[in-house]
Amino acid sequence: MAARPPRHPDFRTLLRSGAAYVLLMVVSGAFMLPFVWMLSMSLQDAQGVYAVPFRWVPPSPQWENYAEVFRLVPFARYLLNTVVITLAVLIGTLLSSSLVAYGFSRIRFRGRDLFFAVCLSTMMLPGQVTMIPLYVFFARLGWIDTFLPLIVPAFFGSPFYIFLLRQFFMTIPREYDEAALLDGAGRLRIYWSIILPQARPALITVGLFTFIGTWNDFFGPLIYINSTQNATLTLGLSMLKTQIVGSGVTQWHLLMAAAMLVMIPNVILFFIAQRHLVKGIATGGLR
Amino acid sequence: MRRVFGRSGHNLTGYGFIAPWLIGFLAFTAGPILVSLFISLNSWSLLSDPHWVGFENYSRIFEEDPLFFTSLWNTTYYVIFTVPLGLAVSLALALLLNQPLRGVGAFRTIVYLPSIANIVAVSVLWLWIFNPEFGLLNSALRVFGVDGILWLQSERWAKPALVIMSLWGVGGSTIIFLAALQGIPPELYEAASLDGAGAARKFFHITIPMISPALFFSTVIGIIGSFQVFAQAYVMTGAATPGSEGGPNNATLFLVLYLYKKAFQEFRMGYAAALAWILFFIILIFTLMQTRLSRRWVYYESEGG
Repeated sequence: MAARPPRHPDFRTLLRSGAAYVLLMVVSGAFMLPFVWMLSMSLQDAQGVYAVPFRWVPPSPQWENYAEVFRLVPFARYLLNTVVITLAVLIGTLLSSSLVAYGFSRIRFRGRDLFFAVCLSTMMLPGQVTMIPLYVFFARLGWIDTFLPLIVPAFFGSPFYIFLLRQFFMTIPREYDEAALLDGAGRLRIYWSIILPQARPALITVGLFTFIGTWNDFFGPLIYINSTQNATLTLGLSMLKTQIVGSGVTQWHLLMAAAMLVMIPNVILFFIAQRHLVKGIATGGLR
Repeated sequence: MRRVFGRSGHNLTGYGFIAPWLIGFLAFTAGPILVSLFISLNSWSLLSDPHWVGFENYSRIFEEDPLFFTSLWNTTYYVIFTVPLGLAVSLALALLLNQPLRGVGAFRTIVYLPSIANIVAVSVLWLWIFNPEFGLLNSALRVFGVDGILWLQSERWAKPALVIMSLWGVGGSTIIFLAALQGIPPELYEAASLDGAGAARKFFHITIPMISPALFFSTVIGIIGSFQVFAQAYVMTGAATPGSEGGPNNATLFLVLYLYKKAFQEFRMGYAAALAWILFFIILIFTLMQTRLSRRWVYYESEGG
């Protein structure tokens, strides 16, 4: 905020940043604590969970809790299902949303602005309104307990991502397309080999949001998937919770290990792609 | 200028490009909206044919369904507390994280992380944090001499518990505010300092107006999102038997949870569709109210001139 820091910071500045550091430590400590506690819980033995006072560092860390989760429930299967669904949704969303965004940003056609306004306004519609007819529709198609209701809609564009990509496409100079158009390149060609390569940062942002959203989705799998073998990680974790809490057998250490396993891919992805994510959220919020 | 983009022949190309959305809109949004209206005017269990009842579902909801009002109250309570508290906390965090300090990036990461974590995993974690005997929260409170709050097991504390949990996930709006704060030209503060303005004056007369679009955006998104609260309540409240979700004496029966139970546990599709429409109108009214009010307090640079 300050224009340029003085070469020798005076006492007040030092005090100020000292206080800010202390405050930052306390706040981020509070934000980290649940994660640390979760990790610690996941490495306790069955009794350690109930130890008073709680031993933050378990006397003998039970790493096999994580292996036990794979024996207790078909966790590998959940993982595979989640990966398949997420990949398909990623491909569908990126392709369809960018195609539509190209149409809205680069081609003039009758009713374009009206269509775009309709597209934006559907963002306002809570999913619950269409949920029941869609369930009935997918049930009639025989798609219940398959991945299709979770995947197929992604191939028809998502309004928010169409909006984000359109905003980005509009910043790409039109001279590129015009030159290519005069050279006889078709629209699809321009979209594929001129616009998409230049829009990489925006596509990465959309991809990240889609990944996180699909990986974490709970409502969709909860409604459409009803067998264990087709469950996703999120749904599987919810079923495991019901099983463990309902059985009365105290296996909270295993539940925490499973929750850790479900959380970890997101966290890793976050650390790899932090910059893009933060930028995407900031621009998404500041239209 | 060459009119490369204006020919009428581009109509077809244009429709071609937006076709995925257009088809999807008709099949997955517009069509279902109409069907949803129709279903809400029927009594339908999926097993037999729908049977026309007119507005009976709606009149039953408002006249004979105390659980609807319970869920409406629970949801309103949740929105009223999570949205303003969330805004205040995330703004305070953004101001703190905007300090020009070395290593502040690591702190930003830590604050942001919970907001992208898997909601079911987070719910499982907090379920145990709220455990009255062994949970992290009561262990911490015991240090201050507070003990015995039953949190999710108590009718009185179940909703506050979910509000507290929601504050852990404010990282998203914190990042939005942070970006807005960084967009404020430093000259404004320098000029204000020269005029002798104090920190409070600068905050209320520069910071708040300059980030008001971000505040507005976060408020609207927050209201829409918290009206649809579901997963936490589904995973964290109620015993293991299906149907008991919604917490002690329905204290955490939120609108979407109630709707879910009607549709997918009781298979009363008409009734659930009517509930969905009521939810839609409630959200719409709140959003329109916000948009209306925003004209008074949201400042857009491009308009301000």
